[in-house]
Amino acid sequence: MGDLTRLTAAELAAKVHAREVTAVEVAQAHLDRIAAVDGRVHAFLHVDHEGALASARAVDEALDAGQAPASPLAGVPLALKDVFTTRDMPTTCGSKMLEGWVPPYDATVTRRLREAGVVILGKTNMDEFAMGSSTENSAYGPTRNPWDLDRIPGGSGGGSSAALAAFEAPLAIGTDTGGSIRQPGAVTGTVGAKPTYGGVSRYGLVAFSSSLDQGGPCGRTVLDTALLHEVIAGYDPLDSTSIDAPVPPVVAAAREGAAGDLAGVRVGVVREFAGEGYQPGVLAAFHAAVEQLRALGAEVVEVSCPNFTYALPAYYLIAPSECSSNLARFDAMRYGLRVGDDGSRSAEEVMALTREAGFGPEVKRRIMIGTYALSSGYYDAYYGQAQKVRTLISRDFAAAFERVDVLVSPTTPTTAFRIGERADDPMAMYLSDLCTIPSNLAGNASMSVPCGLAEEDGLPVGLQIMAPAMQDHRMYRVAAAYEVARDAGAGRLSDRVPEVGA
Amino acid sequence: MTATAELMDYSDVVARFDPVLGLEVHVELSTATKMFCGCANVFGGEPNTRVCPTCLGLPGSLPAVNGRAVESAIRIGLALNCQIAEWCRFARKNYFYPDMPKNFQTSQYDEPIAFDGYLDVVLEDGEIFRVGIERAHMEEDTGKSLHVGGATGRIHGAEHSLLDYNRAGVPLIEIVTKPITGAGERAPEVARAYVTALRDLLRALDVSDVRMDQGSLRCDANVSLMPKGAEVFGTRSETKNVNSLRSVERAVRYEMCRQGAVLTAGGTVVQETRHFDEATGSTSSGRRKETAEDYRYFPEPDLVPIAPAREWVEELRTTLPELPWERRRRAKEEWGLSDAELRDLVNAGALELVAETVEAGAAPGEARSWWVSYLAQQANVRGVELGDLEITPVQVARVTALVAEGSLTNKLARQVVDGVLDGEGEPDEVVEKRGLKVVSDDSALLTAIDEALAANADVADKIRSGKVAAAGAIVGAVMKATKGQADAKRVRELVLQRCGQS
Repeated sequence: MGDLTRLTAAELAAKVHAREVTAVEVAQAHLDRIAAVDGRVHAFLHVDHEGALASARAVDEALDAGQAPASPLAGVPLALKDVFTTRDMPTTCGSKMLEGWVPPYDATVTRRLREAGVVILGKTNMDEFAMGSSTENSAYGPTRNPWDLDRIPGGSGGGSSAALAAFEAPLAIGTDTGGSIRQPGAVTGTVGAKPTYGGVSRYGLVAFSSSLDQGGPCGRTVLDTALLHEVIAGYDPLDSTSIDAPVPPVVAAAREGAAGDLAGVRVGVVREFAGEGYQPGVLAAFHAAVEQLRALGAEVVEVSCPNFTYALPAYYLIAPSECSSNLARFDAMRYGLRVGDDGSRSAEEVMALTREAGFGPEVKRRIMIGTYALSSGYYDAYYGQAQKVRTLISRDFAAAFERVDVLVSPTTPTTAFRIGERADDPMAMYLSDLCTIPSNLAGNASMSVPCGLAEEDGLPVGLQIMAPAMQDHRMYRVAAAYEVARDAGAGRLSDRVPEVGA
Repeated sequence: MTATAELMDYSDVVARFDPVLGLEVHVELSTATKMFCGCANVFGGEPNTRVCPTCLGLPGSLPAVNGRAVESAIRIGLALNCQIAEWCRFARKNYFYPDMPKNFQTSQYDEPIAFDGYLDVVLEDGEIFRVGIERAHMEEDTGKSLHVGGATGRIHGAEHSLLDYNRAGVPLIEIVTKPITGAGERAPEVARAYVTALRDLLRALDVSDVRMDQGSLRCDANVSLMPKGAEVFGTRSETKNVNSLRSVERAVRYEMCRQGAVLTAGGTVVQETRHFDEATGSTSSGRRKETAEDYRYFPEPDLVPIAPAREWVEELRTTLPELPWERRRRAKEEWGLSDAELRDLVNAGALELVAETVEAGAAPGEARSWWVSYLAQQANVRGVELGDLEITPVQVARVTALVAEGSLTNKLARQVVDGVLDGEGEPDEVVEKRGLKVVSDDSALLTAIDEALAANADVADKIRSGKVAAAGAIVGAVMKATKGQADAKRVRELVLQRCGQS
């Protein structure tokens, strides 16, 4: 049967649907793999053995009864970021505040996965409330990068990216507020897509920054990612910001791209995302990828997006502002942690003690920044100004997309850094998201696809491909074409990860 | 709590100061569901049974706007002669309080759906006073806190508090007046007349059940004084949750007298929230607003802007019912009322009730007489508003019909009404149960008359000899014998007949 965990989601689905293997066997293989390696990787906060096997069994029974697969991914296991609500598993968001909290409802993404017959293995580790770029801010300890266990797997979705890179799951769900799908994808040699804002419902996604948060698919291949994209995307009346329009044809685009022809595709290289602060090996891998795109027939031009420079500061006003309000509900009154309720204290005191004990330093930092930025007398100078920058960034995108079909840049300026290296330097940490943030502010689609290893450290580098809103299929086409060309000589990049703990 | 405040004589207050009022009225809409979720919008219920993830503010939940509530808001705006925004947004009002599930209220801030209107209110002497409307905006109600163990049901001194979130998320419209100046000594009357007119208007629009006693119409009264002729407003107090029309007038009057005393003694009015005590008619200090609360408003990122199409607004304009003041004019003409009669009717809060009674088939004169005399008296005795009496216009109309057909005398009719008010059922049921039917059977009456004539032979002789006036004694005896259930007029006729005088 071979090692099922090394197969892609598309391959697994084909085998399950052809009844060559059972969904239970596939789920068991991944549960075994998790049992074997997750002690070292720590990708998961919660593994649901029983639930996973039960849903795999349901898929098998339906197929055995002659029913058509519920979706192209029916029977394929998946790792779910612990920021989506699940009725049958805790949802902690990597925070002590929600330790042990089992929501009474499923997120729309969770529901769609279940309806598609996707087998949810468990919930993955993340920076607390998705705030961070390394997963070091999890209250439950860091996740390690399978390429080098001393290094970070990116963040906030480091659990999801590490689970993919360590072959603990072939698919994962992430959320991307400033790069939390793409940057972990880049540093673990996996694929991650941030759909157009509104493309995937946020109902049941515990909010960090509502106007920026977007759930999205992660995989080891572009096609797998596209298949997952189509399972989770689509209009949801429960999310007023979700887009009531057909899902962009990303699977068709990935298949089309895999034919390896990008003739007629115009690719813009963002001039502002290079130079000082970028690791030479990252830039080298990126330039090689751009050359590869040219070789595939794409027309490559340089494009300037001057306001992208202001994206990072604008983001660090908007995201904390929204988070200061979104996280106000964690007050010990209705659910989650409660500290100091000994009968002698007022509700206000219990709230304060609980928030003091329940939130980690990065969450507190952002709540304080956001509270300040929204304060009367400062609102215009900070939040108001940041919203104006947001408009300027959208205009940069609009102008660029008049000239080119997609934009490209490195996903993140460096490869995976060492655990602890930036823990005491928030500004250095924030720079990890320099290239990814503009697409969150503008709401357009964006993804990261691995583009080789950096020469100096042998660690994965990510190529970021950005497309206009609701043109998600464009980036999948380019990514799929590039992926085929990249692996033509050396084989699958994701297979070059060292065996964990070996 | 606080010692009784010094009060200035009202005539002295208005001689020295000009009052400025600002009235904020919160109206709970009677939509089927809540503002942002599908929970039933019904008063009361077992605590915490009409709740869902959204109105409980559970992590991950999102709001979706109730279209009916928007429609009601626009109709209210139109009826208040307001502009309807072409584009407006919700905003978050951030503050911590246990009965507010998200610790922010989804409200509107600088972009209300309706703004800049007015309401003409009729004072007791028929004078029209125009109250400017600053804005009407949409928001959600909070849950309810029940403070247990304190002397006054307030949080101070309470042992613990219970929270009921059934009301959380109920749609509210907040209607804010422009500063009301120039009312002078009539300020308390203007305040009451305004809230009365607003209540009548909302009732006519059929958007709320406007029950002040159940909190579906709540008034906060801002009052300040400035020396006569001054132009700069004084410091205001805000008296919260004044729960009846009468209390609105009393609370304003009390605050004027209290502030007058403070200012005259050389003190300063503290900007604060005050509570109105129905029992004593006084206000007492609540939360101090020493530093203006900073609600850190910002646009609600979980909702999209509302842009009501002009065609829709115009269509809604055509659905506006006949407005109360127009109805008044029409009633006056159709019912042939004098100015004084109309005023009495309006002041008694009986116009709508009479109109509905007439619609149900009663003669205008009869209907009016019932509501302004006997029922008004009963409302007074029972300590409720006329409209809150447990009798409907249809029931009153039925009673008048029974009188008209001779089944009831006026005296019996009042007993029937008493029965209805006491919850004994429909008028016909009360007649049945209490055995109140007029004794209209002449033979039964004749028996009683003959007995009375026999028992009062001297009187009988007088009548027979032409002293018709003496018949009253026999009629009285017969009425006594029939326990008042005879038609006195008919008895008299029969007595005279019996004695050969007709």
